[in-house]
Amino acid sequence: MKKMTINGIVTQVEDYWSILEACRFYGIDIPALCYHDGLSPGGICRLCVVEIGKGERAKLVTSCNYPVEDGLVVRTHSERVIRARKMLVELLLARCPSSKTLQDLAAKMGVQRVRFKVKNENCILCGLCVRMCAEQMGAKAIGFAGRGKERRVTPPFDIKSEVCRNCGACMYICPVCQLRCQGPEPPNVVCGACMNVEPVCLQDNEDVMCYLDTCGWCFKVKSSSLKKKSGYGKERKEGE
Amino acid sequence: MDEDKIDEIIGCHGTDKSELITILQDVQAEYNWLPPDALRHIAKRLHVPLIEVFGIATFYKSFSLKPRGKHLVRVCLGTACHVRGGPRILETAERILDIKADETTADYEFTVESVNCLGCCALGPVMVVDNEYYGNLPPVKVERILRKYGHTSSSSSTSIKEEKS
Amino acid sequence: MNRRRIKSHSDLEKLRQEILAKRDLQKTRVAICAGTGCLALGAQKVITSFKEELKKQGLENTVEIRETGCPGFCEKGTIVVIYPEGFYYLQVQPGDVPEIVEKTLIEKEPVERLFYTDPITNEKAIYEDEIPFYKNQMRLLIGDNINIDPKKIEDYIAPGGYSALAKVLSEMSPEEVIEEVKSANLRGRGGGGFPAGRKWGTTRNAPGEPKYVIVNCDEGDPGAFMDRALMEGNPHSVIEGLIIGAYAIGACEGYIYVREEYPLAVENTSIAIEQARDYGLLGRDIMGSGFDFDVKIFRGAGAFVSGESSALMSSLEGKVGAPKPKYIHTSVKGLWNKPTNLNNVETWANVPLIINKGADWFNSIGTEGSKGTKIFSLVGKVNNTGLVEVPMGITLREIIYNIGGGIPSNKKFKAVQTGGPSGGCIPESFIDTPVDFDELTKLGSMMGSGGMIVMDEDTCMVDVAKYFTDFLVDESCGKCVPCREGLERMSEILTDICEGVGKEGDIELLEELSVVMKDTSMCALGRTAPNPVLTTIQYFRDEYDAHIEEKKCPAHVCKALIEYYIDGEKCTGCLACLKACPEGAISGEKEVVHTLNTEKCSKCGICYDTCKFDAVIIR
Ligand SMILES: Cc1cc2nc3c(=O)[nH]c(=O)nc-3n(C[C@H](O)[C@H](O)[C@H](O)COP(=O)(O)O)c2cc1C
Ligand code: SF4
Ligand code: SF4
Ligand code: SF4
Ligand code: SF4
Ligand code: SF4
Ligand code: FES
Ligand code: FES
Ligand code: FES
Repeated sequence: MKKMTINGIVTQVEDYWSILEACRFYGIDIPALCYHDGLSPGGICRLCVVEIGKGERAKLVTSCNYPVEDGLVVRTHSERVIRARKMLVELLLARCPSSKTLQDLAAKMGVQRVRFKVKNENCILCGLCVRMCAEQMGAKAIGFAGRGKERRVTPPFDIKSEVCRNCGACMYICPVCQLRCQGPEPPNVVCGACMNVEPVCLQDNEDVMCYLDTCGWCFKVKSSSLKKKSGYGKERKEGE
Repeated sequence: MDEDKIDEIIGCHGTDKSELITILQDVQAEYNWLPPDALRHIAKRLHVPLIEVFGIATFYKSFSLKPRGKHLVRVCLGTACHVRGGPRILETAERILDIKADETTADYEFTVESVNCLGCCALGPVMVVDNEYYGNLPPVKVERILRKYGHTSSSSSTSIKEEKS
Repeated sequence: MNRRRIKSHSDLEKLRQEILAKRDLQKTRVAICAGTGCLALGAQKVITSFKEELKKQGLENTVEIRETGCPGFCEKGTIVVIYPEGFYYLQVQPGDVPEIVEKTLIEKEPVERLFYTDPITNEKAIYEDEIPFYKNQMRLLIGDNINIDPKKIEDYIAPGGYSALAKVLSEMSPEEVIEEVKSANLRGRGGGGFPAGRKWGTTRNAPGEPKYVIVNCDEGDPGAFMDRALMEGNPHSVIEGLIIGAYAIGACEGYIYVREEYPLAVENTSIAIEQARDYGLLGRDIMGSGFDFDVKIFRGAGAFVSGESSALMSSLEGKVGAPKPKYIHTSVKGLWNKPTNLNNVETWANVPLIINKGADWFNSIGTEGSKGTKIFSLVGKVNNTGLVEVPMGITLREIIYNIGGGIPSNKKFKAVQTGGPSGGCIPESFIDTPVDFDELTKLGSMMGSGGMIVMDEDTCMVDVAKYFTDFLVDESCGKCVPCREGLERMSEILTDICEGVGKEGDIELLEELSVVMKDTSMCALGRTAPNPVLTTIQYFRDEYDAHIEEKKCPAHVCKALIEYYIDGEKCTGCLACLKACPEGAISGEKEVVHTLNTEKCSKCGICYDTCKFDAVIIR
């Protein structure tokens, strides 16, 4: 067992866990789009970032592939973390605005608008399907090709692979396949605002006050004082 | 594609997976591009999943999965060449050959590519045709150089204009 | 050539004496640079002409021709130096050869017109140390290039090459070597400036066998060619450093990773490895010490990101050269998960110097935090372009003006870009900054591998930011979201700004995006990618504003924001532009003022270059 601090609470964790596994064990919700139990971590979406270390040396690391260490100090919902996650979701959503998974995630994190040009791709390159195919199905029928903005998921030579088993596992696991409801909003607006439970105490306290997932309780208490805060909260207010 | 030829190349390097990139480089040197059947054969011989070979062949810039022209025109767009007008050299070459970068003329005579620095930055802007370097190149000279390699300006606007004057 | 194995330190010394004995130092020698730059300018023809001419004159046995490595002044190639006199000829053409042979080799008279001429005073410089470009440098690493034929190991051994290796193997323990490099405070020259001695120590102490050492000659920074010059011009200095490092670290296998755009470096290094092996400087029982080590050369396949340590190692393993998550450093778990030490070409080349001359000597050069010299590739809008090796701590002004000779055509200096795509643009107000790792970082740029691109008033800073961003859009591996998506969005916004459709808030969005890219990208490419954008915003905000608010490009670079027209006052009606215009946009008759049809004009700029009367104007 190892001892580490998560959001101010000292915890006991298994030696082989990642930070994400430790946090999940203690019931802390961290968005992890490219992670799936039973598959190796991808480290691709970067949504699972948490802040470790203190002061000058504090940095963000991806919790899904960072092994737990004795004495590690982890903050899962610091201001810096939230700012990063929101921007990442906005970037992903600009690429695939019709994904229900992304829409819900965005709504939950309080991202209400996409400031980039909307692209309508059908893949966020999270690599879940590639890992599923290789690690669970043992087929290695699909993979990444190209680099930079040309990167894509495809079978060899972009034609159906001879080794594909038609098992459908890749489609089952894809977070983008499920489409959002065709609501009245244009694609650069996030629907599902009903799910909007932003970690609001953050803007006052720099950290969430509770070590569990954000409950929104403090929102009611302090909503009046929030208005004067500037920064990324601004867009949200404009959208309101 | 000639399987024996590829086997010969594999023979020089062995079938360890770490030789994959070197083998692909040699195959590309032989054919000027990577024919799909060659990739399939290499994947089989090295016991590497085909998708991995395909991933590598599309990741690195020096590999081409399309046949390339007889003459390879490479224009440097590295920083040093960029500030000295590299993009204009590329535009000029593209206009003269009537293709875009990374394309090949219909008669498979010329392929135009951009590169990021060839190591003779002090001579920028630099263009390389096959293995001949042309440094300190003003855009107006590009056409003359391409003509040396057999380009005829039959359809380009240049010829029309020359009649006019 | 048949070479005997060198079995000890004294064996090496004996060999050296034999080489020297065979050489007549008074014998006339023609050193011709055969580096990539000069070859591009026709050095091969110069060499052939010399050979023919000497034969014609019956001098082929009394005059030696040496095809050497790059001394750095490539712009003025082909470079030919005549020894023992030391006459330094620049821009030699094959046609000059008969005159050189006639006048200099036979009559011992100089050919004046081939000397360096000062553009202002018109004074001639006869010897290397009189040329301002060289005079103000400190050439510890590349100074010897003009004396060495990289294809002949004897040329390296003659002035004392491999003696550092001999010293290490016969007198020093591996720990002592690491101590020496540590106390020399040698910092990595590949970009980050990480202390080399500490890295070596980590790899030495890491569990796992075998251990590997690697030379990083991927040199992805576009516009930089220091590593090319070293690797192709003096490969043995790098190999000697590598063997010493391997001994200190306890590695028995090494790799030299050379980018494939450098075919000559690949060739010369392969020959060098072969020759070192022949002498028993590589392979089993090196110099009779019992230490085994060998090295293989690997050609990169064209990917900037593969210069990053974990990506480079993936490449060597025969995989896609993309970075891996690195909570465990490659010094501990690198190539095939074994402890692996990766250093830049220049870092390795410094090692023999440190061993020979000692850590104290090395510490006497440079600044508090950065010791020794650094080679920069000084290019762009500067009079003397080429490689400059200078002590750390020299100011940017000294490099650009004293060595580089200032900005051509009396234009105004605007900025200098250091650190390549990870670095930033430093404006004129900081031109007196001493150049070292820490000072450049403070300015928001970085040392990087040593690219130094000078920009004048005709350079648009938004365009520069866009250039680097676009470079990285293509070169990012595309694995992680902030870097792949972030860069593409950055490029999108910058393109909008350059095309005159930028809007208020764009700059703030760029800044916001930058913070997140720096915070969350997986590797240093994404984490440093915003630097060119951030520094140009910081120092040249007014240019951004001009593009966004006034829809103007002050430097007349961004095509969408400029227009060509012909000034009727100046135009002589010479027809030159009309003939040159590829779009047929110019009309007129002989000796009548021409007119330019903006509708048809594609803004290619050819008429601007063609007009001898400055009558084509950009507004
Ligand atoms: C995207 C990227 C590209 C790099 N390219 C190079 C390169 O071309 N040459 C190099 O020496 N180091 C390069 N580096 C730095 C290497 O990762 C590594 O730090 C360096 O080779 C270590 O050597 P040093 O300690 O001697 O500097 C690059 C790093 C990154 C992130
Ligand atoms: S359907 Fe084919 S590609 Fe998809 S997981 Fe199954 S085997 Fe792989
Ligand atoms: S297809 Fe779906 S699962 Fe596969 S990489 Fe794209 S988004 Fe991820
Ligand atoms: S930061 Fe960029 S280059 Fe590095 S791993 Fe992520 S996508 Fe690849
Ligand atoms: S800029 Fe080019 S297209 Fe326009 S008038 Fe001049 S030569 Fe013709
Ligand atoms: S080249 Fe200059 S001077 Fe001659 S016609 Fe054109 S604009 Fe007039
Ligand atoms: S879940 Fe960790 S990076 Fe995607
Ligand atoms: S930038 Fe063009 S050769 Fe280096
Ligand atoms: S290549 Fe000859 S001086 Fe650089």
